[in-house]
Amino acid sequence: MSTTRVGERQAVISGVGQSQIGRKLGRSGVSLTVEAVTEALADAGLDRSDIDGVSTYPGMAPSPPGMSPHGVRDLKEAMGLELDWFSGGGEVPGQLGALFNAVAAVVTGLASHVVVFRTVTESSSQTAERRASVTGSGDGRLTGALQWYPPFGAMSASNWIALYAQRYMHDFGLTREQLAQIPITCRTNAALNPKAIFTEPLTLGAYLSARMISWPLCLFDCDVPADGSTAIIVSHESLVASLRKPPVRIEAIGSALHGRDSWDQRADLTTMACHDAAPMMWSRTDLKPADVDTAQLYDGFSFICLQWLEACGFFPKGEAGAFLAGGERISRSGELPLNTNGGQLSGGRMHGYGYVHEACRQLWGEAGQRQIAGAEVAVAAAGGGPIGGCILLTTSR
Amino acid sequence: MNMAPLPLITDENRYFWQSGREGVLRIMRCEDCGWWIHQPEPVCPVCLSEHVSPNATAGLGTVEGFTVNHQQWVPNLDVPYVIAIVELDEQVGLRVMTRLVGVDAATAAAGGVQVGLRVEVEFEQRDDVWLPLFRPVAPVSASLEQAGEAS
Repeated sequence: MSTTRVGERQAVISGVGQSQIGRKLGRSGVSLTVEAVTEALADAGLDRSDIDGVSTYPGMAPSPPGMSPHGVRDLKEAMGLELDWFSGGGEVPGQLGALFNAVAAVVTGLASHVVVFRTVTESSSQTAERRASVTGSGDGRLTGALQWYPPFGAMSASNWIALYAQRYMHDFGLTREQLAQIPITCRTNAALNPKAIFTEPLTLGAYLSARMISWPLCLFDCDVPADGSTAIIVSHESLVASLRKPPVRIEAIGSALHGRDSWDQRADLTTMACHDAAPMMWSRTDLKPADVDTAQLYDGFSFICLQWLEACGFFPKGEAGAFLAGGERISRSGELPLNTNGGQLSGGRMHGYGYVHEACRQLWGEAGQRQIAGAEVAVAAAGGGPIGGCILLTTSR
Repeated sequence: MNMAPLPLITDENRYFWQSGREGVLRIMRCEDCGWWIHQPEPVCPVCLSEHVSPNATAGLGTVEGFTVNHQQWVPNLDVPYVIAIVELDEQVGLRVMTRLVGVDAATAAAGGVQVGLRVEVEFEQRDDVWLPLFRPVAPVSASLEQAGEAS
């Protein structure tokens, strides 16, 4: 095997920012985006005139409503940016693909400081009695890859993920009580996040009596649509001296998809794209899963978070139930504090970028009441089913 | 009434969504190496032959995973119902997503439906689409017993 070239280490995260997050804020997506970017610029100690690149996922999309109301152009025009490089699109390794593209751009020298952003107004859009999360709910007929599922009533990712969850429970004996520890832990953490949407404690009893969405997934296994924007600034390591503070280092990226690009054809229905991406990430570093101080893993559905935990090697395949049982290991005082900002389950669906934001805040020691003492290594991941990408981050050591 | 959205019928997918008109489930297959290709591609992903065409299957398969949908995603959707991934007998890993009929959604989660359940295709026509749904080949209890013996 040839020697692995780990070019991503020439890029750093110099600043992060996040807008107001909430339900039905009624603010424009551009306003939220500019708020997030302005905060990220201040965090990095950069001026908007320093920004020469923009990257976003999945690019401006008129449908589904509020899922991606703005693209590169909107930020460029709103802030008067002069760009040497830009990219917006959805055919990337998960939501974090836009971040990976930004890393590639600064490492190749196409740009020096790239703003990566993800903006959602899904909550406000739902006030028009339309749902971003239902496939094929418009008037038109289905085409392309998504024609194969909704005609049978599998209209939501909750249905597709539930199929994997049922098979995992069947094969490995995972119980709903064990899976419940993910949403319960997220809710506990959300109480310490001033921007989180749901902060009232969630009991196991409330979880088990909640209404079913798509068995075995209930309401609390599904994340909450929100309005908000997250911005991450990626800079070249040679520019560290011009930054306000020591940056977060990028140790390794995982972007692989080896299995079928499909929701029902993957050879092993108890694994997802994350089982391709995470091993690639570990193949690019000497760090091990045991070195991770906090994990910020996609929980658009609780079961996806379980899949990322397994894919990242925090327990052997099939042993999620024993790892999650009781919830101690993933609590803030446990061996692997998980989704310390409440994740998307309780914090709101920032669609992947909330995890990177939280990982950076933890590594900078800026997570306030929810700070994990001495956090030096964090993993952030996004995507479920055939969608997945992850990144290993460290402090400037 | 089931108002789940329907596919747009094209020359590329007509063989699948309208094959039920003749009571047969057709799947794309490579005529050179015999590989069944789903979801379909105009080129065989195994041997790269362009000599691919729809072939009739026996319409028999096994439940690989299932879920009971309770959510009213769109108006006029009869809930609950059972969605499944069925592996067709023709090839390991050759699967279709489908809805199960002839099963009780209320008891499916409690053991009424299980991985390994043997099922056969049955078509439900809506407009110009024949949805390939699947039904247990025998009463569910007998079918599950059969599946248990086979495994």
